[in-house]
Amino acid sequence: MFSKILIANRGEIALRIIRACREMGVQTAVVYSTADRDAAYVKLADQAVCIGAAAPAESYLNIPRIISAAEITDVQAIHPGYGFLAENAHFAEVCRSCKIEFIGPSVAAMAAVGDKVECKRLAKKVKVPTVPGSEGSVDDERAALAIANEIGYPVIIKAAAGGGGRGMRLAHNEVSLRAGIAAAQAEAENAFKNSTVYLEKYIEHARHVEVQILADHHGNAIHLFERDCSLQRRHQKLVEESPSPLLSDETRQELCAAAIRLVKAAGYTSAGTVEFLVDNKQKHYLLEVNARIQVEHPVTELVTSTDLIREQIRIAAGEVLSYKQKDLRQTGHAIECRINAEDPARSFAPCPGTIEQLRVPGGPGVRLDTHVYAGYRIPPNYDSLIAKLLVHRPTRREAIATMRRALSEFYISPIKTTIPLHLQIMDNESFLSGHTDTGFIERTMLAK
Amino acid sequence: MSEKKSAKKASSPRSPSVPGSPMDVGLLQQIISLMATNDLNTVDVRDGNRRIILKRGAAPVAVPMAAAPAPLAASPVAAAGAASHTPSSPRDEEASFKSIASPMVGTFYTAPSPDAEAFVAVGSSVAEDTDVCVIEAMKVFNNIKAECRGTIAKILVQNGQAVEFGQTLFLVKPA
Repeated sequence: MFSKILIANRGEIALRIIRACREMGVQTAVVYSTADRDAAYVKLADQAVCIGAAAPAESYLNIPRIISAAEITDVQAIHPGYGFLAENAHFAEVCRSCKIEFIGPSVAAMAAVGDKVECKRLAKKVKVPTVPGSEGSVDDERAALAIANEIGYPVIIKAAAGGGGRGMRLAHNEVSLRAGIAAAQAEAENAFKNSTVYLEKYIEHARHVEVQILADHHGNAIHLFERDCSLQRRHQKLVEESPSPLLSDETRQELCAAAIRLVKAAGYTSAGTVEFLVDNKQKHYLLEVNARIQVEHPVTELVTSTDLIREQIRIAAGEVLSYKQKDLRQTGHAIECRINAEDPARSFAPCPGTIEQLRVPGGPGVRLDTHVYAGYRIPPNYDSLIAKLLVHRPTRREAIATMRRALSEFYISPIKTTIPLHLQIMDNESFLSGHTDTGFIERTMLAK
Repeated sequence: MSEKKSAKKASSPRSPSVPGSPMDVGLLQQIISLMATNDLNTVDVRDGNRRIILKRGAAPVAVPMAAAPAPLAASPVAAAGAASHTPSSPRDEEASFKSIASPMVGTFYTAPSPDAEAFVAVGSSVAEDTDVCVIEAMKVFNNIKAECRGTIAKILVQNGQAVEFGQTLFLVKPA
């Protein structure tokens, strides 16, 4: 086991990793930008290194500075968290060439699943159904139109190097496709330094269902069942739950088995998530693979009684998985609400600033993962996630009731948050019956 | 606030000051003059469940929380205990000093190589492009420039010490 690791991230995930390390007796060093200098979680690490100014390029995305921090704190491994450099193959390579273990998959596995086009090719090889679309990238308008006519509109144009819901455009007909291709290529070049785009059939009214996997360096690969993340706004997840309501057991088994086949074929290790779209006939299609730990990982931790961060660290240290597939169960129902510092009344405009009053929920079945506290200043430079509120109860009905209670106890002032939106979701008929899909929130709750 | 209350108590006939207790005005005056003579800035006196804290001079610099991480550099102005009251003029002078801060994360070296002479020492004159030290990161050695004009007043880090972004390395008395 490592004696010390560096956490190359911030906020709630940095705190989550520090917590896992403290329980394992592993020393921690955390990097921070000048904007995070006074954050309380920084003081919980054994060592803290300021690596630069607030802008991510100067700090959390700055590979030389992070590596330098790792060297002077003399760590054996780096945990990249999620976002930032978590899926940056170059960063993983630099770490390992400096004899510092990167807590995540190998560079080869990252490349195999990170490029959406390559991942689809791999999926086809192991008979994992993929969304009908262009076989590879689409280079020009003519090719795009031909494919769209073949698979049928509506289609979605996606950036091969995109992720996290970014770099996607919908086209309902030839006209919008023509306009969309060039624009999508330009956006992709700008955002991801890679203008490669591909086309897929747009599956309407689909559910987003993802499978959590863990794989070690001893050939063991297991799944920890699925999470349903259909409630989204602009492709950003708002609410996640497990088990996925209305998913048949048969489909569940197929999804989990497909996920295992895919990660084994990719030689994937560490934690990862295989995302699928499931239509209203339980037909499923591979969406993408996330080669990192995800924001919503606690949903799985609750229903399966596991510790995914601990497992990631153990896997990276060369240990065998703690869990055997036959022993894993989904018990009860868990829901997570992502609390963002955004104002739903003003188109979700971000609300950085100081939290003056904070009263957090608690009681049976409630888990709160957050780095914030009364007096904490939310910096304007990073994403707006300030807390993850989770519940775990024996049934979905009880979980929703507990979430309603917990949300109503949660008081943050004067920062505006998405708590009111979540309360509305917990009261929504369609959500209660489980009949939602990825377009649901925008269609029904946010439509003007 | 508590000092005011105690003073009131001491002079009230209903609670006569007990000689030798913290509420004894005579004792307080002795303590105050002792503080001045011996250059103490804080005295905390208890007697049973009565207590008085006397402070004089500039407020001491806050001591970091018990749970604070091990700082990479020993802070040069870390307060400890009682005798940190410095006469006001050197303090004011220091406030006018410019600081040279580390622009990167790495290891600080005073000289370009182990057997070479240090770039600067206390008293050395520097101009904007004077090399003051080297910071090594990932086997690359970076010469750090003064970026100000004056004389080196203090060197706050040691040769071979790990430094972080923004950490103060030198204090420079402006020209």
